[in-house]
Amino acid sequence: MITVLKLFAAFFKIGLFSFGGGNAMLPLIYQSIQQFGKLSGSDFSDMVALSQVTPGPVAVNAATFIGLKAAGMTGAVSATIGVCLPCFLIMLIVIKLLDRYRNSTIVEGAFAGIRPVTIGLLLSAVIFMMNSVLVKGPVISADMADIGYYNPIPIAIFAVSILLISLVKMKPLHVMLLMGAAGAVIYGVM
Amino acid sequence: MINLFWEFFKIGLFTIGGGAAMIPQIQHVATVEKGWLDDEEMLDCIAVGQSLPGVIAINIATYVGYRKRGLAGALMATFGVALPAFLSIIILVAVLGAIGDNRFVAGAFMGIKAAVCGLLIVSSIKLLMQMCGKGAGSRPVGKSRIVFTVIMSLASLIAVGFFGLTAVAVILAGIVIGIVYYRVESMKSSQEVQK
Repeated sequence: MITVLKLFAAFFKIGLFSFGGGNAMLPLIYQSIQQFGKLSGSDFSDMVALSQVTPGPVAVNAATFIGLKAAGMTGAVSATIGVCLPCFLIMLIVIKLLDRYRNSTIVEGAFAGIRPVTIGLLLSAVIFMMNSVLVKGPVISADMADIGYYNPIPIAIFAVSILLISLVKMKPLHVMLLMGAAGAVIYGVM
Repeated sequence: MINLFWEFFKIGLFTIGGGAAMIPQIQHVATVEKGWLDDEEMLDCIAVGQSLPGVIAINIATYVGYRKRGLAGALMATFGVALPAFLSIIILVAVLGAIGDNRFVAGAFMGIKAAVCGLLIVSSIKLLMQMCGKGAGSRPVGKSRIVFTVIMSLASLIAVGFFGLTAVAVILAGIVIGIVYYRVESMKSSQEVQK
């Protein structure tokens, strides 16, 4: 029972202090799980790998995995709720504050600044995702001149997705389903 | 209500490799398909979702759910977006090895990740166009605001993507620069009115 509460507290803290989404949380997760002695370094690398290839937010995957390893099903539930709760509560408070101060020049100005930054962050997330998917390492690297550095199949899927969404106006969900199926067939059969 | 849960469940299911991957889908579902938010609210939702601590997907689900159905809506959307992540780990640990090493599953994930890169680029361009007043149904925007928006977007992309600055630093800088810019801009326009 104490482990379950500790898990909740540890992941509540992780949810509260992590900025920048899933991958930025990993160092903090690594530090805070040391107290649950049952977890080894290879458990951690398993967790990172699993979180990357399973559906859903990386932080929730990580919380479920560590909770499960440390204290079974109740541990999984408690760590997952712990990591979600701070974001949920903070967001509710921020919505109320935003509604109240919507017309203040400070809030207007802050939004004028954050909105474009959002675009920059999204595009840097794309660059991060392209690493080791579209190319065999970092997107910007000395190996860029080498044709073998590029992964042709993902690059083709990437290009077709852009065409489907912008010219054919297909739904994002359908593009992902179609490309997931294409990937399964191409990699599975080849 | 069930609708909110189900849509966010689907979004959670296809968010592979980090919270940003959900943005093209949430943008489509919430603005085009269901009309839960208008374009401007969606922009603010993404901006706030990325600026606050914690899980981006949970932040955005809470925001959209609350706007649509209050507290209960926020709970439903959050539960929906988190559930696939929870279930997939529980199932995977139970059958560990069987799925992770499967070529078909690994190929499917590879396909989805590559597709998400493309979708996310298109989403970002759409959002940028809306901010510059060029999207369908967006408000007209002054020239200096367009220049400001484009420069800020590029600067934050370079800062985070190429120089490895943290998202927090860039967001804080964005807030400060935005407030100063807004002051200067409104001073200028009030001077013009006086003339």
